[in-house]
Amino acid sequence: MDFNFSDEQNMVRDGISRLVREQYDWDTRRGIIASDAGWSPEFWAQLAELGMLAAPFSEEDGGFGGGAVETMLIMEEFGKGLVVEPFIPSVVCAGGFLKHAGTAAQKEEYLSAIIAGEKVFAFAYAEPQGRYDLANLTTTAKKDGEGYTLNGQKAVVIGAPWASHFVVTARTSGGQADQNGVSVFIIAKDAAGVSLRDYATVDGRRASEVYFENVSVSADALIGELDNGLPLIETVVDEATVAVCAEATGAMQVTHAMTLEYAKQRKQFGVPISTFQVLQHRMVDMFMEYEQSISMSYLATIKLDEGEAERKHAVSSAKVRVGQSARFVGQSAVQTHGGMGVTDETAVGSYFKRLSIIEGEFGSVDHHMRRHIKLTAAA
Amino acid sequence: MNLEFTAEENAFRDEVRSFIENNYPQNIERAAVQDDMTPEDMTAWHKILGEKNWSVPAWPEQYGGTGWTPTQRYIWSEENARVNAVMPLPFGVAMVGPVIYTFGNEEQKAKHLPGIKSGNVWWCQGYSEPGAGSDLASLKTTAVRDGDDYILNGQKTWTTLAQHADWGFFLCRTDPDAPKPQQGISFILVDMNTPGIEVRPIKLIDGGYEVNEVWLTDVRVPAENLIGEENKGWTYAKFLLAHERSGIAGVARSKRGVEQLKDIAKHEMLDGEPLIQDMGFATKISQLEIDLAALEITELRTLAGEQAGKGPGPESSLLKVKGTEIQQRLTELTLEAVGHYGTPDFRSFPADGSNDFPIGPDYAHSAAPTYFNMRKTSIYGGSNEIQRNIITKMVLGL
Repeated sequence: MDFNFSDEQNMVRDGISRLVREQYDWDTRRGIIASDAGWSPEFWAQLAELGMLAAPFSEEDGGFGGGAVETMLIMEEFGKGLVVEPFIPSVVCAGGFLKHAGTAAQKEEYLSAIIAGEKVFAFAYAEPQGRYDLANLTTTAKKDGEGYTLNGQKAVVIGAPWASHFVVTARTSGGQADQNGVSVFIIAKDAAGVSLRDYATVDGRRASEVYFENVSVSADALIGELDNGLPLIETVVDEATVAVCAEATGAMQVTHAMTLEYAKQRKQFGVPISTFQVLQHRMVDMFMEYEQSISMSYLATIKLDEGEAERKHAVSSAKVRVGQSARFVGQSAVQTHGGMGVTDETAVGSYFKRLSIIEGEFGSVDHHMRRHIKLTAAA
Repeated sequence: MNLEFTAEENAFRDEVRSFIENNYPQNIERAAVQDDMTPEDMTAWHKILGEKNWSVPAWPEQYGGTGWTPTQRYIWSEENARVNAVMPLPFGVAMVGPVIYTFGNEEQKAKHLPGIKSGNVWWCQGYSEPGAGSDLASLKTTAVRDGDDYILNGQKTWTTLAQHADWGFFLCRTDPDAPKPQQGISFILVDMNTPGIEVRPIKLIDGGYEVNEVWLTDVRVPAENLIGEENKGWTYAKFLLAHERSGIAGVARSKRGVEQLKDIAKHEMLDGEPLIQDMGFATKISQLEIDLAALEITELRTLAGEQAGKGPGPESSLLKVKGTEIQQRLTELTLEAVGHYGTPDFRSFPADGSNDFPIGPDYAHSAAPTYFNMRKTSIYGGSNEIQRNIITKMVLGL
């Protein structure tokens, strides 16, 4: 039993922490999200240069031999700075698909470019009717000679406006929600028949509805096995879920700290409001919530490499706990800030909004609770 | 970062598991409430462990400790929880023992530590008073020096299992004029057989007699029973409370409780299906399991910190709050789960066993009393509100 990080991991943590602190303060972030692009390609290039985009990959894949722990450390720091750049879509998701199931040629073409920051991926998996069911797909990929033709719509594809490529889930056989018959493809954004409607998200990011109309891809666009993509998708989405849990722990710690600071400054009835026991105890509860979330983030990160049932059980446990904590910490922070908490002038609102969206990202509390119940019943 | 136990730790687990299997007294199971056990039952395992030199694992080795690492102690408590073992009571082992070996003199150590270790001397804790609960420092029981003795007068309350106690440790006011209430308190060991002590059991909401009022009228105690310095008792009392909180999370026992709850929910039926298949109830069980998993990792993180040489800090308050919340929720859900048969008062059943058929399932009998009894956990050991005050001070820095 060991909760220490290796020297290499500490270097990753220190490096990303410094970068976010020095180059991603709240005002800078405001500028980035208000810009036309909505993200900072320069910051992304710096992440690549520092090796951060390589951190979770093995040496033979062109990385530094790290894995889920490195992702956790990076995402926790991203959470502290509310970094909007697409580490989860491009590195964790697309990188994850390639790492687990990419052919040598696919890795050569895509993974090294992801690590170098030259290609940026988005993960197009959600659909308007599918909610959190990863197999409920109306997007189809039909065999067409040697290749495939895709048709369909993907919902709220985070980072799509910034992406050069998509990883797309599609039905290659079977009924709309069958477990079998799901496959995964890589599609270039500039392929004929791909169109996007871009928009901003409430938590400062950019996303798109992505439409595929008779998009032809060659056979080597398929990642993993034909029709048997679901276990792979579940693996990658679990990894992304744990990454977003780590992001939440970072955001919660900062939210708590800024709430405490505000309570010390703000005076009412002639005294700092931090002297009121009712607020003290609420801030203690916020502390306990994020500590419990950190524990679950650790647990789920460690369990990602275990067998499927154990992995899913830990990931859903973590997402339930983190989702609930994120809501409590975010709401309590706004409440303690009073009127300032509901203005767009203070950082706390931005943290609250991001935490609120994290609650539902890769599955709500209810979704993961149901998965936990099913896994417990099956055990 | 990993959660694996080392080969040595796994070997240790095997060793203690087989010792428990071979030596735990078969007939002694943890009853719903402690007073349903005889005093002999409550100390039986303690005495066996005393012989084995395993009764005070956390103590320094020179006083009989095992020298186990925090992880080994964690394994030890897990293995005992597996068989629902009745563990040594905390008043000697976890409370006064550490105070005596830390602040006591050589005579006191020699006189008292062996009896605590062996389980032959039963201790009780004279802290709370009718007017001094969370505000413990406002206590009024006095100890007045008279030659080589102190004369004690006052009333203590909530004194757990004092009806069986041989010795007690008492906080008494020795300087009523001290500028702060904390500064005039002394920590005194009292032989419970001394004239002038009257112990009156208090009936609790579960029907049992677990705590007592202790009345002290002109109780003459040798001054050599003073621990450390006169008027420094508050320091020792705080030290003791910090010790009391570690291990209070009760993770291993709650894990066992969750398994029992699941078993009950598999037997109870709702609309022709086992209760555990009802989404509403299953959600409550899963929530409990998830919160318990988080608590377990938090405790392991604390242990890892301890192993690296960090003392118990504000984490122990977090463990107390979350641990007791979970213990209480577990008993709530168990009472919910048993349905109708949570209602009969099993204490009213004929004691001669003349009921020739059982009333409801056995698992239902203790559900309500245990639920009632466990309300104590968020009150004792520094109420959960006091724990939040501690975190306010130590973590928030307010």
